Amino acid sequence: MAVFSTRPQPALPFNGPVSHKNQFETRLRVQNLSVGYDQEEIVKGVDFFAIKGGITVLVGPNGCGKSTLLKAMARILTPMAGQVLIDNELLHGLPTKEVALRLALLPQGPIAPEGLSVQELVSQGRFPHQSLFRQWSPEDSRAVSEAMKATNIVEFANRPLASLSGGQRQRCWIAMVLAQETPIILLDEPTTFLDLKVQVDVMNVLRKVAKSGRTLVVVMHELNIAAAIADHLVMMRDGRIVASGTPHETMTRDRLKQVFGLDAQVIPDPQTGRPICVPRLSESL
Amino acid sequence: MTRGFAIMPLVLAALALGFCWHIAVGAKSVPLVTVFEALTNYDQSIFDHAVIYNLRLPRAIFAVVAGASLSVAGALMQGITRNPLADPGILGLMIGASFAVVMTFGYFSFSQVAFMPLVAAGGALVAAVLVWGIALAAPGGATPLTLVLSGAAISTFLGAIITMVHLLDEDSYIEMRVWLTGSLTGARMDILYWALPWVVGGMALALTLARQVTALAMGEDTANGLGVDVVRLKSLAMISVVVLTGSAVSIVGPLGFIGLVIPHVVRLFVGADYRLIVPYSAAVGALYLLLIDIVARIVLAPIEISTGIVTAMLGGPFFVWLVRARL
Ligand SMILES: Nc1ncnc2c1ncn2[C@@H]1O[C@H](COP(=O)(O)OP(=O)(O)OP(=O)(O)O)[C@@H](O)[C@H]1O
Ligand SMILES: [Mg+2]
Repeated sequence: MAVFSTRPQPALPFNGPVSHKNQFETRLRVQNLSVGYDQEEIVKGVDFFAIKGGITVLVGPNGCGKSTLLKAMARILTPMAGQVLIDNELLHGLPTKEVALRLALLPQGPIAPEGLSVQELVSQGRFPHQSLFRQWSPEDSRAVSEAMKATNIVEFANRPLASLSGGQRQRCWIAMVLAQETPIILLDEPTTFLDLKVQVDVMNVLRKVAKSGRTLVVVMHELNIAAAIADHLVMMRDGRIVASGTPHETMTRDRLKQVFGLDAQVIPDPQTGRPICVPRLSESL
Repeated sequence: MTRGFAIMPLVLAALALGFCWHIAVGAKSVPLVTVFEALTNYDQSIFDHAVIYNLRLPRAIFAVVAGASLSVAGALMQGITRNPLADPGILGLMIGASFAVVMTFGYFSFSQVAFMPLVAAGGALVAAVLVWGIALAAPGGATPLTLVLSGAAISTFLGAIITMVHLLDEDSYIEMRVWLTGSLTGARMDILYWALPWVVGGMALALTLARQVTALAMGEDTANGLGVDVVRLKSLAMISVVVLTGSAVSIVGPLGFIGLVIPHVVRLFVGADYRLIVPYSAAVGALYLLLIDIVARIVLAPIEISTGIVTAMLGGPFFVWLVRARL
């Protein structure tokens, strides 16, 4: 099938009759999770899982709770109800450092500290692997240089992070979480503000990472890119999950209307068969 | 990282030189060679050696200990609050420590100096919590701006009470007057002995936290994702900061500017990694206070200006220059 022309090992049977909910191995599962800030519940009773060795993409309108869900999965926020399971263990029962060895998070809009060089930033990813008594090791150097090669930022190694463009900087942040070498990686809008070519570059990096057997959860807004790379596409609205499945299952005209209030036509990509959304502008002006 | 320590020998050499020079100047200046001899090969029968040991050496040690403590406390505070203006002086910790000392040892005439570093640290802690609480209650929460403003409010308030206490009780005023301007003149060796273990502990804690403070600079969520327990880190850093501030204040009184300026100077040279910033701040802070105290003693000799006044007079313009140079 043309769909898989670029990836020899399909993670999903596209156009399959059944939803893939229980067919895939997962290391990260969320059950009936409610979480929010102070007393306000933002994410309401969500069930979610990420496919091992695949990319799970989370989309939804601004403010629907994507980042909040991601923060709960990274143990930054504590659930009001429900639970997060990592390798079938309760995430919120694990120590911070143990979590950081299994799961890396790139938050939305991370702060670039003044004066930190790219190399130093990426090295921060090795934090959970070190301790007072176990300082920098050859293993750390290897992880850092591999991450920098994968994201193509070797040439910036000694530049201050603050002196790079938005897209270059974003690649550095991704390198940092890659250097953490965790089996699970959560990325909150890693491609926002990037030009299309760089978005595609970043996605190719992520695909390679997923293919190496790691679990990726990515929040993004660019629906066509989401549909192009997702093994599992999840749509959220008002703190609830509205649709979850292959891009074919989830990205339909009705769903786009329901989730985003967007008038769009969905057509298949002539080459890969994956859905593409073409927004319709309002006709009455 | 290892490259970052390349200039450390240079800084330490400058520190050693500054230390000896500090000892050499005074009412009767002693040649550097004699200072060096006295330090390496003490001879009781030589008058200069006795002067150096009994009078000059303690003062140089006060400068080193207080300078290093205040500067490391400032560096940690800036890292933890991600606020370049954070420092024990600006955020009210120093006046809190002074207030506690003035009340306990001046007003209530408590005389166990062994407790002075602890009392000062307690005062610093209470002030820090107050400042932070006020800033949190402000609209927008504890931003750099609200923190600095509530620091100013607390400082003014406690400063007014200290003045009032002194108006009511002249004896304690005379006793504490010099100390309150931040001075190495009246510093006492017995207090140093009691403060030293705290300083060593605070420094060790600061060094062990340095790596996590660097991660925190990228935001709490990022740090958390890297495995930093942010709440624990902030609490431990707070302990280190109040202990260092309390110890320094109990030895030399409230000395401003060092905690604010030195970490910035250090950052210009070593970057944003706190594993470098903390040790360099300690060394450069010590050196800076030694030099400041040399100036305090020689510009108007034989009159001696209070060290705190010189720090502010030289530190102010220096800071302005620094900010301009960076822009
Ligand atoms: N720290 C916070 N304290 C209180 N409320 C918050 C906080 N962060 C987010 N919220 C609220 O929670 C809701 C969901 O926010 P969240 O950041 O999860 O949205 P999102 O789906 O990631 O949106 P976006 O696409 O804009 O990033 C919003 O209404 C927001 O105002
Ligand atoms: Mg978000």
